[in-house]
Amino acid sequence: MARFAFDDDSVALIIGSGAGGGTMAHELTRRGVSVVLLEAGGRQSLDSFSQDPGAAFGQLTWLDPRSQSGSWDAAKTSPTLPAWHCKTLGGTTVHWTAATPRLQRYEIRARSTYGNVGGASLVDWPIEYDELKRWYVVAEKRMGVTRRHGLPGMPASNNFKVMYAGARKLGYKRVHTNYLAINTKAREGRSGCIQQGFCVQGCKTGAKWSTLYTEIPRAEATGKLDLRTQCFATRIEHDAQGRASAVVYRDGSGAEHRQEARLICVAGNSIETARLLLLSESARFPNGLANGSDQLGRNYCHHMTSFVWGVFDKPVYSWRGVTLAGVVEDENIFDPTRGFVGGYHLELVTLDLPTMPLVGLPYGWGRDFASVIDNYRNIAGMLINGEDMPRADNRVTLSKTVKDGSGLPAAHIHCDEHPNDLALRAHARQQGSKIYEAVGAQRVVLSPGSAATHQMGTARMSHDPALGVTNPYGRTHEIPNLFVSDGSVLPTPGAANPTLTIVALVLRQADHIVEEMAAGRV
Amino acid sequence: MIDEKRIPLDRRRFMRAATGALTGVVAALSPLAALVPSRAWAVELGALNDSQGEALMAMIQTISPHDGLDPVAYALVVSALDKDAAGSPAGKSDLIAGLASLGADFASSAEAVRVERLRNIEQTAFFQGVRVKTLLVLYNNPIAFAHFGYEGEVFSKGGYLYRGFNDLHWLPEVPLEASGPMPG
Repeated sequence: MARFAFDDDSVALIIGSGAGGGTMAHELTRRGVSVVLLEAGGRQSLDSFSQDPGAAFGQLTWLDPRSQSGSWDAAKTSPTLPAWHCKTLGGTTVHWTAATPRLQRYEIRARSTYGNVGGASLVDWPIEYDELKRWYVVAEKRMGVTRRHGLPGMPASNNFKVMYAGARKLGYKRVHTNYLAINTKAREGRSGCIQQGFCVQGCKTGAKWSTLYTEIPRAEATGKLDLRTQCFATRIEHDAQGRASAVVYRDGSGAEHRQEARLICVAGNSIETARLLLLSESARFPNGLANGSDQLGRNYCHHMTSFVWGVFDKPVYSWRGVTLAGVVEDENIFDPTRGFVGGYHLELVTLDLPTMPLVGLPYGWGRDFASVIDNYRNIAGMLINGEDMPRADNRVTLSKTVKDGSGLPAAHIHCDEHPNDLALRAHARQQGSKIYEAVGAQRVVLSPGSAATHQMGTARMSHDPALGVTNPYGRTHEIPNLFVSDGSVLPTPGAANPTLTIVALVLRQADHIVEEMAAGRV
Repeated sequence: MIDEKRIPLDRRRFMRAATGALTGVVAALSPLAALVPSRAWAVELGALNDSQGEALMAMIQTISPHDGLDPVAYALVVSALDKDAAGSPAGKSDLIAGLASLGADFASSAEAVRVERLRNIEQTAFFQGVRVKTLLVLYNNPIAFAHFGYEGEVFSKGGYLYRGFNDLHWLPEVPLEASGPMPG
């Protein structure tokens, strides 16, 4: 592994090693760029992943304190953990469920398509769909996505058989085992899926794509990567010209270091990316770095999610198999006659014991609550994943009350649900319920949303520097050598699970960075 | 399928430091009889006395009542809460005060009475603490897994690919174009 000096200002410095940062590290190093990669978490491996859900949660999850407010479900159901993502090498690609749908053409034209929705800060994306699609293809081939580019689909699990039969009875047509970045057979040095479930605890076969065992080792193999785990960035510094010059970080022992750099890519996810830029305020940038627009931290989106459980009188054994291997795509359309704009996916889902009673079921206790768990083996499940409306006041700020272990203000997340979000979810719940009732469900259980797993917005792309944080390449408007390389740049969320879009945008951004470096512009 | 070493129960024996204890006998015909170190079980209590332990046991059984789930599973929750209390003087006094608020006859009351009393204290930190611990512990042990039919991790056995992930036959099979071939 390479080791670059703290005062080596020729390196590209990447903060975060998930879908965005891990992919960027590989893309830059394979083209000869020297990279320092900071990751706040430690390094796990296929062997060290725990198969005990509680232990795995503790091993992988970002558990630093946060505060929150607003009317969203997470404020009630998960007050101390409003967002569920990872602090580990590979970031949230270690626990993600590998669903890789594309955004639809209409979704990146949200403002033009939906019109003016009161209380929402809708915009059109500043890039063309055909451009995005070109990079989706590159990303899908890189990640190995089922049902794309000649790869077969995932075989149908018991849980999917229930979803499929019910959805077809309702007349839905686009129902299949989902687009998944999971090998169905051994491929490119990684195993095929053995349908063990436990996707969220870390895939012990490596069949599921994660930067931990794809992009990052490939970056290491170039000899150009200086990987520093358990290193938490606390501040980005700039020079007298207003260019980003260094990152201050704490290592695992608490010692503080300062790494100089030629350019910096921030990929800490929408919450921590916004927090780091806000923490990096200076006399010249008093509202935080790259925040002259006052857009930094705003328009935080997380998707409208909630569980629909169908309880049957026959066994389903939903836990057997890939967690998210199923989708109904028919409602991912623009059709305001449904009473809302934006669309949603119904995705297959299952939760282990004890996670289902802990976070998957509505609050309760006593006979009624327990009777659902009595039928655990007879439960089929799906997850609503719908577009939520961006709002200027749904935002990440620095907490006034909560600090992290080193005394820095924690992230505060404020999120109010928009009436459109609620109408979308009500429709999705009704359709999800009908799917299960069509095949004989004895009971349908609807749950509120839990901790947010999709972090988007907070540093949206825009052509106009007054309306966003970054340009259409994720390069901040104010600081030419500072890039945002994660889901923060999504101007609107659409209904697609965001990882594929993040990887596609980062592959495109890496191309841009290398060109700009060659031209001497960064 | 079940590793008995993972069941954190003490064998029945005399206790020295324990304040109280919960004891029971797993029914001879129960499939659980094979899972526990010996059919007779005992949970030593470090913070609670016998009657407090019994009140807590009744509270947990009221929060998550499952007919046929062996009391030994509920005793694991009592043990976990007792252990937490033993390590924290404030936690111990809160737990004991909370149990006292249930009334001296709580454990011997009918379920409807117990439900009514818990409903009255549902908003308290005491109730919510016991409820969350119940979910965390009651549904996360081999006894519960066996009772509810949950098979847990099977990475060590090669996954569910050839262990029933697609063995549901009460609905039609999914056509290949909507799914994919079995590997191999």
